[in-house]
Amino acid sequence: MVSFGPIMDLDAAAWAALVLSLRVASVAMLCSLPLALWVAWILARKEFRGKGLLSALVHLPLVLPPVVTGYLLLLSFGRNAPLGRLLESLGIGLAFHWTGAVLAALIMGFPLMVRAMRLAIEAVDPRIEDAAATLGAPRLSVFRRVTLPLIFPGILAGAVMGFAKAMGEFGATITFVANIPGQTQTLPSAIWTALQVPGGENRALVMAALAGLVALAAVLLSEALARRVAKRISGAR
Amino acid sequence: MLEVTLRHRFDGFDLDLSFTTEGGITALFGRSGAGKTTVINALAGLLRPDVGRVVLDGEVLLDTQRGIWVPPHRRRLGYVFQDARLFPHLDVRRNLTFGARYAPRGSQGAGFEDTVALLGLEPLLDRAPATLSGGEKQRVALGRALLCHPRLLLMDEPLASLDGPRKQEILPYLERLRDGGLGLPILYVSHAVDEIARLADRLVLLQNGRLKAQGALFDVMADPAAVPLLGVREAGAVLEADVIAHAEDGLSTLAVRAGQLELPGVQAPVGTRVRLRVLAQDVILSRQRPEGLSSVNILPVRVDAVHPGDGPGAAIALDAGGDRLLARVTARAVRDLDLREGMGCYAIIKATTVAPGSIGR
Repeated sequence: MVSFGPIMDLDAAAWAALVLSLRVASVAMLCSLPLALWVAWILARKEFRGKGLLSALVHLPLVLPPVVTGYLLLLSFGRNAPLGRLLESLGIGLAFHWTGAVLAALIMGFPLMVRAMRLAIEAVDPRIEDAAATLGAPRLSVFRRVTLPLIFPGILAGAVMGFAKAMGEFGATITFVANIPGQTQTLPSAIWTALQVPGGENRALVMAALAGLVALAAVLLSEALARRVAKRISGAR
Repeated sequence: MLEVTLRHRFDGFDLDLSFTTEGGITALFGRSGAGKTTVINALAGLLRPDVGRVVLDGEVLLDTQRGIWVPPHRRRLGYVFQDARLFPHLDVRRNLTFGARYAPRGSQGAGFEDTVALLGLEPLLDRAPATLSGGEKQRVALGRALLCHPRLLLMDEPLASLDGPRKQEILPYLERLRDGGLGLPILYVSHAVDEIARLADRLVLLQNGRLKAQGALFDVMADPAAVPLLGVREAGAVLEADVIAHAEDGLSTLAVRAGQLELPGVQAPVGTRVRLRVLAQDVILSRQRPEGLSSVNILPVRVDAVHPGDGPGAAIALDAGGDRLLARVTARAVRDLDLREGMGCYAIIKATTVAPGSIGR
């Protein structure tokens, strides 16, 4: 008698990991978008003391081993850390919770987002914004009507980078929130777990294919959007 | 009326000047590096000078002593940049209407249809800036500035990035703007004497960040002291003439106060008044009325002033029946002819030296 149970189980677990990963990546990307834009703006346009330090701090997760980042998160936001306790008392549990995975993904993707947006902002000629100001537009309007449309492709690129990084984040996540199926087990964690089990290669392969599909879809979508925006800007209607 | 006092120091450059403008077109002239763009940016609020005071029609836009600084978007000054600076993501129509929503309710100024007609923008409205020629871009930039109903229009070398034919394409629009009913005062920055001679009512001369001369265009252009500032090849009086007749051989007859001139290439119809720019180096002086010359443009004049230059040349201010002329002769000629103030003589103007571009209203 052939049992289909294991296959159903496999699908359900993979499905849960995929949904969690998508949720974690989306929330992380959306949460960090405004902050990343603001930091990118500051780094691109402002001159101030400590700018180098800020830049280094933002880029730190890029060069730090992810395990170290995860460990630092555990030290700061763990259940025994003061900050973690404070947040927990406010009802925001991070350690061993899916929101913790969001935080880990957010921090790991942040430098990539900032970088893409900073490049886009630096490509905008501030003299065009000056022109808008002389036409009577207040600062916020200049940003909304001139700068934002011009840097939109960069924001999009940053968002996709952040999302992709969050989808793929493994080291910091597993260190900070562990690998609890259905709760903190993201797709990479699930793949890793499958590979630890003898005969789990098939599960791993299915999930790897899923991860590949999501990544491909994200890149294609952003390319299409960026092309449309570029078309609008260059004027080929 | 605009009153400007500015002091600003940066990168070893030192700006220190004050001037005033009235209605019409005031040209701010100086070579590159004279500080023209610094001045205009300070007026627009894009640059904060170390010390300064700018008052437009009684409203203080800048007063460093009293700590007043009105931000650019509340100054209501139109600014046409040398490089147009159109919004690349908006089509021409949206570029033009960009500032409309910020103009105060009920403010006087150009309407959309009128501006489009004045600048010939109708065929461009749906185009993107990237597809426009340099001249078209400048026309759109001008329209965009006009449509936010400015109290003063600042133009920073709007023609400098254009080649000869494109310049000729824009100049008539600027003349229409000047002569139209808007009554919008314009501050026009340029280092091209021909543009200024054609367009300006008032002239402010800058050199190395300092004011060298200011006054009515006809006065400053006829001032022998302005010759080194404008350049010896560019200096020359501007005078007004009435078009009397066009002959079949291509020459036109124009009346100035001291007589008539025969000039080629005059496009203006009979009965209109045009501006003539007579280069100082193209005026020859003679003590007797010359006979048998190939040039027929001879005017009786009186020497107003003899202004020796640094080199071998001298600039002679002349009164031609109320019109002023400027002649550049050698110091030796001054001696040989014994030119002195109050003396009567004849000015010979070579017909072919009045460039078509220098003839305007």
